[in-house]
Amino acid sequence: MAKTKKKSVTFDLPRKVATVSAMDEEVESDEDFLPDNENIISASEDEDAGDDERKHTKLLEAISGLGGRRRKKMTERSEASLQVSEFGVNAEGAGEKVALSDLLSSATEASRTDGTMTKTHRQLKNLEKRQATLELPLSHQQTEKIQREAAFEKASKEVSRWESTIVHQQRAEQLFFPLNQQPSRPRRMEQLVTSWKTQTPLEQEVFALLHAHRQPTFDPVLTPVEEAQLQAMSLEEAQLRRAELQKARALQSYYEAKAKRGSKIKSKKYHKVQQKAKRKAFLKQFEDLCKSDPERAMEELQNMEKKRIEERMSLKHQNSGKWAKSRVIMAKYDLGARQAMHEQLELNRQLTHKPLPSSELHDDSDDDSNSDPTLASEDQTLPDIVNEASANQKEGANPWMKMAVVLTTAEQEEPKAVADSETPEAAVSDAGEVGEEREEETEEERLLGEFARRRQLRRTNDEEEEDKEARQTAEASQTDGASEVSPSRADRSDDDDDGDEDEEDQMDEAAASELNALFGRLAKQAQQGAAPLGSSAELLDEDTTRVRTLEQAELLAETHNDTAPPVVESEEAAPGHDVDDPAPKGKGHQKVIDPEQVLTKQARSIRVPMTTPAIEDAEDEALDEQTDMIREAFAGDDVVSDFLKEKRKQEEEGRPKDVDLSLPGWGEWGGVGIHTKKQKRKRSRFLKKAPPAAPRKDRKLPAVIISEKRDASVAAHQVSQLPFPFENPSQFERSIRSPLGSTWNPELAVRKLTAPRIVTKAGAIIEPISRDDIMPAKAVAGKRRAAPDIQLGGDAERRGGHHRPGAKKKKHKK
Amino acid sequence: MASAVEAVSVKLHVGKKGKPPKRYWDNPTENDEDINKKSRQDEESDSNQGNTPGVSLNKELAKERQNKNDRQGKIDHISGAKDPFPGEAPIPQERLKKFQRVEKTKVTSGLRTKLKEAIHRSEAESEHAQKQAARFDVLLPEDAGFLEGDEGEDTCTISQDDIADAVDITSGAKYFNLNLSQFGPYRLDYNKAGRHLLLGGKRGHVTCIEWQTKNLVSEINVMETVNDVKWLHNEEMYAVAQKKWLYIYDSKGVELHCIRKFNDVLSMQFLPYHFLLATASATGFLQYLDVSVGKEVAAINAKLGRLGVMAQNPQNAIIHLGHPNGIVSLWSPNQKEPLVKMLCHQGGVRSLAVDKTGTYMVTSGLDKKLKVYDIRFFKPLQSYFLPAGASCLSISQKGLLAAATGDIVQVYRDVWGTPVTKPYMAHRVRGGVTGLSFCPHEDVLGVGHADGFTSMIVPGAGEPNFDAMDVNPLAGLKQRREWEVKALLEKVQPELICLDPTQLGRVDRSSWEQRHEERVKVLGYDPLAHEKFTPRNKKKGRSSSGAVERRKKKVAHEDQRDVIRKTVEENMGKEKELKEKETASLSAQGQKSALDRFKK
Repeated sequence: MAKTKKKSVTFDLPRKVATVSAMDEEVESDEDFLPDNENIISASEDEDAGDDERKHTKLLEAISGLGGRRRKKMTERSEASLQVSEFGVNAEGAGEKVALSDLLSSATEASRTDGTMTKTHRQLKNLEKRQATLELPLSHQQTEKIQREAAFEKASKEVSRWESTIVHQQRAEQLFFPLNQQPSRPRRMEQLVTSWKTQTPLEQEVFALLHAHRQPTFDPVLTPVEEAQLQAMSLEEAQLRRAELQKARALQSYYEAKAKRGSKIKSKKYHKVQQKAKRKAFLKQFEDLCKSDPERAMEELQNMEKKRIEERMSLKHQNSGKWAKSRVIMAKYDLGARQAMHEQLELNRQLTHKPLPSSELHDDSDDDSNSDPTLASEDQTLPDIVNEASANQKEGANPWMKMAVVLTTAEQEEPKAVADSETPEAAVSDAGEVGEEREEETEEERLLGEFARRRQLRRTNDEEEEDKEARQTAEASQTDGASEVSPSRADRSDDDDDGDEDEEDQMDEAAASELNALFGRLAKQAQQGAAPLGSSAELLDEDTTRVRTLEQAELLAETHNDTAPPVVESEEAAPGHDVDDPAPKGKGHQKVIDPEQVLTKQARSIRVPMTTPAIEDAEDEALDEQTDMIREAFAGDDVVSDFLKEKRKQEEEGRPKDVDLSLPGWGEWGGVGIHTKKQKRKRSRFLKKAPPAAPRKDRKLPAVIISEKRDASVAAHQVSQLPFPFENPSQFERSIRSPLGSTWNPELAVRKLTAPRIVTKAGAIIEPISRDDIMPAKAVAGKRRAAPDIQLGGDAERRGGHHRPGAKKKKHKK
Repeated sequence: MASAVEAVSVKLHVGKKGKPPKRYWDNPTENDEDINKKSRQDEESDSNQGNTPGVSLNKELAKERQNKNDRQGKIDHISGAKDPFPGEAPIPQERLKKFQRVEKTKVTSGLRTKLKEAIHRSEAESEHAQKQAARFDVLLPEDAGFLEGDEGEDTCTISQDDIADAVDITSGAKYFNLNLSQFGPYRLDYNKAGRHLLLGGKRGHVTCIEWQTKNLVSEINVMETVNDVKWLHNEEMYAVAQKKWLYIYDSKGVELHCIRKFNDVLSMQFLPYHFLLATASATGFLQYLDVSVGKEVAAINAKLGRLGVMAQNPQNAIIHLGHPNGIVSLWSPNQKEPLVKMLCHQGGVRSLAVDKTGTYMVTSGLDKKLKVYDIRFFKPLQSYFLPAGASCLSISQKGLLAAATGDIVQVYRDVWGTPVTKPYMAHRVRGGVTGLSFCPHEDVLGVGHADGFTSMIVPGAGEPNFDAMDVNPLAGLKQRREWEVKALLEKVQPELICLDPTQLGRVDRSSWEQRHEERVKVLGYDPLAHEKFTPRNKKKGRSSSGAVERRKKKVAHEDQRDVIRKTVEENMGKEKELKEKETASLSAQGQKSALDRFKK
């Protein structure tokens, strides 16, 4: 009704068309009111009769208000308003039927004005043209059937999607439930305690800030970056890492233990030797430093200077202490004491000796530099250590030197490698705020890094050597190439910046004093470090190659030895397959047992050492021997024949017997003088022949009787029916032949062999398998959004449910 | 493998000067590969195969492993180091063969998929187990060594004193004599772990000794003739066959049981996995006592006279008895007749011994012969003539045979292989030997004789690798207790004793009738038998014979009727179903009957 009302307003055609309605029913219903409407004169036509009209409308309203529902109050149509009384509309040709052509004409007019055919116009035209009646809708049953078929098709498609999953589950050796378990790893406390929430505004603000900067909200929680890293690290990787760490720790602890042990040694001599070694090491190190990094060497020297100053300030080594005084008293009588005092004074002198100023030093070095590069050999004042070192250097066999070279080359490549391996760490450190745990971890990282570095070093070392080899061969062709120094290598060796600072603290004063005396020369050398080092490196090359070739030669020799064909040892003949043993084979194939051949295997006599007779009771011995003799003499044949008789008897017993079904007297004549001739034939007629006996196991063994009796007790434990997939017993027997128990198998194998078919997590809810478990999430999501093609009626589904396995699932899904 | 390790270590020494030592995580250089190759070749030479095919095989193996590794995706160290020996370590074919239990099943094309799967799975499992076992075989490094004489010197002429002097002091202490001349010839028994020794003198002296420490645990005199002594499942209990009954004592010498069902026992055997004590008596009975529950399992009359000679087959727990007529019979507790009877000697059988693997049996008889049989096939292998005849026999874990001729104990090596002409070792004791037993896991032979006991050193006798899960000579008190519980839980029932233990894994192909018969025999009644109807006796003349007959007639064919009723019902049901199906198919085809409109 509301629709019609609206139309009446919009059309504003009170005369021509009262109402436009497609439904005849509505028209009919409207007709009830039409008689009243006829009386109504529109307000625009007659304004005089306004009062009457008003009354009339009121009346009408009152009448219409009598109906159950309350109608909206219609306002008088004095002005343009939304609500117009349906009774206020009047038409000229009221009561006449509206023909389609009337409507069409207006439409065509409209189209003419527009110039285009409207859609409705077209539809109407089509309607006019069509003469055929509409088909009857399908019967209820048929529609249902069609729907069912379609539904079945769809359901079966849906169900068949699970087929592969089901097959997989059936074939799987082991199933884990619930599905899609996360790998069990210890969860952090913070993950578990998530119920806590921010409460105060301040807290909220703080957390908002933290979140904004992607910082961990709980105290030791990892940052998202770290978390991602943790996720990325597989179990194996973690294990590897842990193993390496463990190793590192172990090595560290070994080293610590060693150091501790060393420190506890009370032997003075030992410590003296240690000190000396240390001093030497330090000296060499310093020497290296001079060459590689003069600045650092200078720093070191400044340190020395400082020490000198301190020495000058202090009263140490001036023989003014308590001990020194006691020594003074003793010095008169004791040579040792005197010497000790001397040493002290010497030390003092050395320590307080002022080194040459650096400017002077430079001049000196400039002077000397062109004279010769290896200065050490000519200088007589230098201590032996230095001489040794330089001499070694000359030879190119200085291990320390080599180490330095190696270090420099390694470290060039190192940063890259380290960066590669430790990028996650870098990222972590960027993320800021590192907890205590984290610190520990970084320590571990450091350790690992150290390891990695060393390994890298070793590898590069190897590579370098190979390079050298290659180069060596190249240089061998150019005979004069040996003296050439590649500047790049020298440069490389120069920029060594990584020294071991920790040792400098342990350096004792004596070494310092020696160095003080030395440092000028060394400093000078430091300036020219490049040239000698280059040559040394060159020499070093030769050295390594030589060693290597020697090794190779040795190795080659070894391999030659090994590749020589191994001498095949003639193994002892397997038991039972003895060539000298003809007896069992010969006897085996005989069918008829000859008693002569039982127990006639030729015996080999054995020489027995110590054959002097035993001291026993003479009587006993004699008696025994007698009885034995008698037995042997008489029993022999008897025993064999008895045994054979028994065997025959057993065979007889084991043979299945014929069944005689003949009855005595039946089919026979009775009386005197009657021959029982045909009896034999009759008996044979009623004789049921037994099947031939199975071949006995002992048929080829003359001296053995094997019982053919069935062992029922074992049979009770045997499998009596062939289990399902097997087609013949041998398949099944083979499949259960290998034992499962730990008595016969190693632990790991047992665990695998006895692994349960289904493993469930205790306490976990095992959900039925869902589509997400088997299909990629995207595809599923897409499918879910798509609307179903066919909506099933409730009862149709119920009826179809009996036959179709898919229907149930479908319903469930709904 | 050992050689490979050596080669590496040699390399280390050389490398000290020039290069840092090679580590496994380093990249394999050429040298490393050489070493690898070498080690593999060594393996090959170990396995006694041809040289060239072995190498190619190994190459293939290596390639395969490499491929596998590639397929799996390389697992490298974080440091970037690579595994120079990728994949699984190879196992020599020889060793694999050692642990092979069955040949592989051939999967032919005609099999159904489920069967194929089942076969594949079982194959894979057994192969895995085999591989694992072969892999862990490396963990049995000990090897038995033997006595070797100088050139032209017979090992049997080397005296025990010389051996004891030559070996280390602990081993030397294993040669000792106990002078026990008072209580006459001794029988002996070592327990399964080989730590404890039980001695029983004929005149009643029974003692248990921790023989390695020479600690006397207990010593009693039962004041009766002692025929045999035997340890039970552990060293806490032992059985003594005395003049009349069988007794069980604990290690302190306290009498626990006197078993009167077992009389006149002459010799005993204990089956450790079944907890069965088998006894052979003078009355000709073979009896089995389950010591875990104290029940007599079986008593069998062998009907072959006095039973004094007895041995057990450790492989299948079958008891071997030797008889005076030269027969050796094999028994299980489940059968009243011998499983096998073998005629071994022309005189009586004096002694018997079966080797650990259950392959060989050695017998000695009054005909002074020593015979070796393969008891899997009951075929004679070797026959020797001993001038004095062997009174006692014993076979060690490693297959040495000890035979006592009078007062001389001889030990032979490999009697079943190449025929021997002289003993490996010989030793004279001070009296006639009555008991002979090798000590398990030790190179020691215990000899009981008229003048006491002698412990002999026999190099190469004992199995050097012990299975600690089975029997652990070094077990503590708690371990022993645990072992006892486990052993009891794993106890094998006596019904499972049979000549061929693999029979249990075979399908029983007997008929249903046969099985039913057996079942009836076991149960003592027929579970399927129908009880015959006997009418109740009624009084007042209603139990006249006619009335009884009538009553019987009422129920006469009741069973039959029941059967008929059942079948008829079944048939009806089937028919109904068929009909329904038919109609359903008709309706499905769209043929509607006139009445269909009223359906629904």
